Amino acid sequence: MTLSRRSFLRGTVSGSAVAVGLPFLDCFLNANGTALASGAPIPVRFGSWFWGLGHTPGRGIAMDGKSEITFLEETQPLVPHAKDLNYFNAFNTPLDGRPSAVHFTGWVAAKTGNVPRTFGDTPEPTLDVIIADQIGSDTRFRSLDLSSTGSARDSYTFRNSTSRNAADVSPLAFYQRVFGPGFVDPNQTDFTPAPSVMVRSSVLSAVHEESKDFLRTLGASDRARMDEYFTSIRQLEHQLALQMEKPDISEACGIPTPPPEDEALGIEIDVAQRNHKLLTDILVMALACNQTRVFNMLYSQALSLLRRRGESFTHHTLTHEEPIDASLGYQREVAELHVTSMRALATFIQAFKDIREGDGTLLDNTLIFANSDTGNSRVHSVDNIPIMMIGNAGGRLKTGMHITGNGDPITRIGLTALQVMGIPIERWGTRSLETTKSISEVLV
Amino acid sequence: MIQLTTILRTTLLAAIALTLSACGESEPLTEGSEPQLRRLTEQQYRNTIRDVFGGNIIVAGRFDPLERIDGLLALGASSATITPAALERYESLARSIALQVVDENNRKVLLSCTPTSAGARDDSCAETFISSVGRFLFRRPLTNAEQALYTTISGSGAEALGDFYQGLAYGLTGMMVSPKFLYVNEIAEPDQDGLHRLDGYSKATRLSFLLWNTTPDAVLLDAAEAGDLDTEDGLEEQFNRMMASSRADHGLASFFEDMLEFERFDILEKDPVIYPAFILDVTEDAKEQTLRTLTHLLLEEEVDYRDIFTSRKTFISGSLGPVYRVPVDNPEGWMPYEFPEGSPWAGIHTHLSFQALFSHPGKSSPTLRGQAVREHLLCQKIPEPPGDVDFSDFNNDTNAVNRTARQRLVAHNEEASCAGCHKLMDPIGLAMETFDGAGQLRTMENGVVIDTSGELDGISYSDAVGLGEALHQNPSAPACVTHRLYAYGTGRSPVPAERQWMAYLEEKFAETGYKVSDLLQEMVLSDAFYRVIPPALDTNTADAGSVSAEETQL
Repeated sequence: MTLSRRSFLRGTVSGSAVAVGLPFLDCFLNANGTALASGAPIPVRFGSWFWGLGHTPGRGIAMDGKSEITFLEETQPLVPHAKDLNYFNAFNTPLDGRPSAVHFTGWVAAKTGNVPRTFGDTPEPTLDVIIADQIGSDTRFRSLDLSSTGSARDSYTFRNSTSRNAADVSPLAFYQRVFGPGFVDPNQTDFTPAPSVMVRSSVLSAVHEESKDFLRTLGASDRARMDEYFTSIRQLEHQLALQMEKPDISEACGIPTPPPEDEALGIEIDVAQRNHKLLTDILVMALACNQTRVFNMLYSQALSLLRRRGESFTHHTLTHEEPIDASLGYQREVAELHVTSMRALATFIQAFKDIREGDGTLLDNTLIFANSDTGNSRVHSVDNIPIMMIGNAGGRLKTGMHITGNGDPITRIGLTALQVMGIPIERWGTRSLETTKSISEVLV
Repeated sequence: MIQLTTILRTTLLAAIALTLSACGESEPLTEGSEPQLRRLTEQQYRNTIRDVFGGNIIVAGRFDPLERIDGLLALGASSATITPAALERYESLARSIALQVVDENNRKVLLSCTPTSAGARDDSCAETFISSVGRFLFRRPLTNAEQALYTTISGSGAEALGDFYQGLAYGLTGMMVSPKFLYVNEIAEPDQDGLHRLDGYSKATRLSFLLWNTTPDAVLLDAAEAGDLDTEDGLEEQFNRMMASSRADHGLASFFEDMLEFERFDILEKDPVIYPAFILDVTEDAKEQTLRTLTHLLLEEEVDYRDIFTSRKTFISGSLGPVYRVPVDNPEGWMPYEFPEGSPWAGIHTHLSFQALFSHPGKSSPTLRGQAVREHLLCQKIPEPPGDVDFSDFNNDTNAVNRTARQRLVAHNEEASCAGCHKLMDPIGLAMETFDGAGQLRTMENGVVIDTSGELDGISYSDAVGLGEALHQNPSAPACVTHRLYAYGTGRSPVPAERQWMAYLEEKFAETGYKVSDLLQEMVLSDAFYRVIPPALDTNTADAGSVSAEETQL
């Protein structure tokens, strides 16, 4: 089965068959009884969930080589979701002589397949951007990017070093963006497109056409930047075009309760967790209502600034400054904060499981790529970075497995995610991170 | 062949520059670099809307952050793109602004004509409005094609919606989502000796964003149109006019906001339990205090730039009074104030803004403060730290031996891999340890008197005030602001071929007694500031031709 699927992907790599082939792939993979009552296939979504500072070595999961996951102290909140996720460990990040930019190299390698030359160097796109290019154009939003830290800069999704997607951080603003003016309820019986949407669309088309003369004065690098602008304007035109059509019925869709007005943003851990939950609740319904198929959620920065009220140390500074407890053999407060990260992830997973969709849940039709930036929070090692794949991706992914990489490049995991999401790609990564070996054990 | 020509030209320019420079009179000849395509910053966008449509238009939206490159967000603007999500936000913001502009109250002031019927299209009235505001939004007159397009959009919108004003709002929205508004696009034109310079409108725009951080006004655009900006007299007249305006204060404040990384105030947090006095009003006023002080000293008093590190003159607001232990007569306003001699506050590095911004949420940080002085005030880059930093000796609560930051850092720096960089930062930051993480004065830490002595590049001091004097004497400080100002104005870092020009600028700065207004004048009246190398154009798009004279005439 795995072989035939890969063969199919390879067969669609070159030539125009790709564009035609992938919808067939969708049909093929959704032929397991998870279609909507309307007959339309349930879309498969992709998203990322990020937390900073990983685990304390020896306290994440047992590196016992077994195929089942043995959750240790810091991952206990994930136990109820054991059957919904795969945990990958012992995958490495060879640097090929490049320096390890602390709190940067690890997650950049995991998400782009490339070890950056310096801090801030990100020439390759993140997984979500590659996938959004493939599946993100048929929804109102190409992707929804969120951070619970209160800062729009805390977003690990980009096309390259100069094109970064800023995060939505305010639950109120995020709610307005998705469910405010412009939202068309897919389940409403009558549908009349607003005249203003048609006018907006024609304005964009006109500006798009007229602005092309802008290119004639620009050098090559600036023309590339304008190409991105034109891509953006096409995407917005497309979004408006979708608002002029009656959307497919989505039984799982319901307009969520607006978040409370007493909004606080910031890095105090209680505030961040509250916002994480509020943003998550809006996000899952945005997915159920087919507003997007791609999302990114950043729970804490790689250099996690989350901290408890009254504490002078942040999660990150504690990893450097808290002495190892002699009786425990590890940093006690750091370990506690690691658990809170996994508690947030468990909350996130549960929100997807709480949405009934077809014969299953939203999680069954989603692939969440959850990762951190380091395999050892105290020394910030970029080897053995914890990564999970959560959800069944519309029946394309087996879950409940512990995969040991034995030092293989970390890009094997990203390549697998790309292929699961239908990207016609055989190799991914650069230099020693380049790989053609996806992880067949998890593929259906 | 091309390479050879380039090498010969560069060599020739260098030889000419060397000769002229040796005479000590003329500015060195430079070729410049490629013109920049700069995305409007949030402040530039906001200022433009305020200046074109008035201060009662609310700009309620979020802007995508810029990357900081070579110490400035202004340089990040020169490489910034517009992602799909960003364009969605720009479009939404543009509609919101446009609908306010044409609402019943504002239309009376902002539109110079009344449509024949409010329920129908009126191309004549729409055209009048589009051409008048388009000039300021695009920072040049609209071409005939642009004029026709936005008038047509307005008319079609009016027909579709049955409302002239609604239609006009969509014409305006179109202009505000156009890259011609969202990006500043600099245009090259031939100059003498085979070199190139910015055209008049690009010069006006560069001048306006440097000195006022907003779109050019009518007088400046008129000067550009008349060719006045191609003459030294014309430039000088505009420079003097613009510097006499109160907008010059905002312009210089915007530069320092960027240079000092003040955008971080937007996300600055202090723990309310540890620092209960650090409330929102204090945060906002702390930033304002430093910017007011800088613009007052540098533009009104025209002091030596280096005095910003030693001056006791500042401004105090009602919320800052308790922090600085200064009685304030009017709690609602700002009052000029000079700290008495011997005060611990002298120089902007002792301000609450600096101390709070470069600290942790719950404690001070000699390392962050030292890094900020090196990187922001002296333009010296500190290498990234290694990953496996063991800072466990740096724990306030449990370390009974090392009770002060100095003691803990000394212990930490026994690690050779850490000591190299920390010795560049810590002696500077330790001088400021008498200010806690929220900038409040203290003398003791954990019951031990704080030692603030140190040394900066060979000059010793005993406290933060002494550090300011060391900064005053440090040649890197004026060189740093010279480089930053030039980069801020041009949207790019100086290129290697401009080394002599930058040295010349630094020399002129010194000759004028380090007066920032004189530095700005030297820069703005120079040829080098506007010199550009035309980019290699794509023949597929370049053959569309440049905008003809006929097209620009309405």
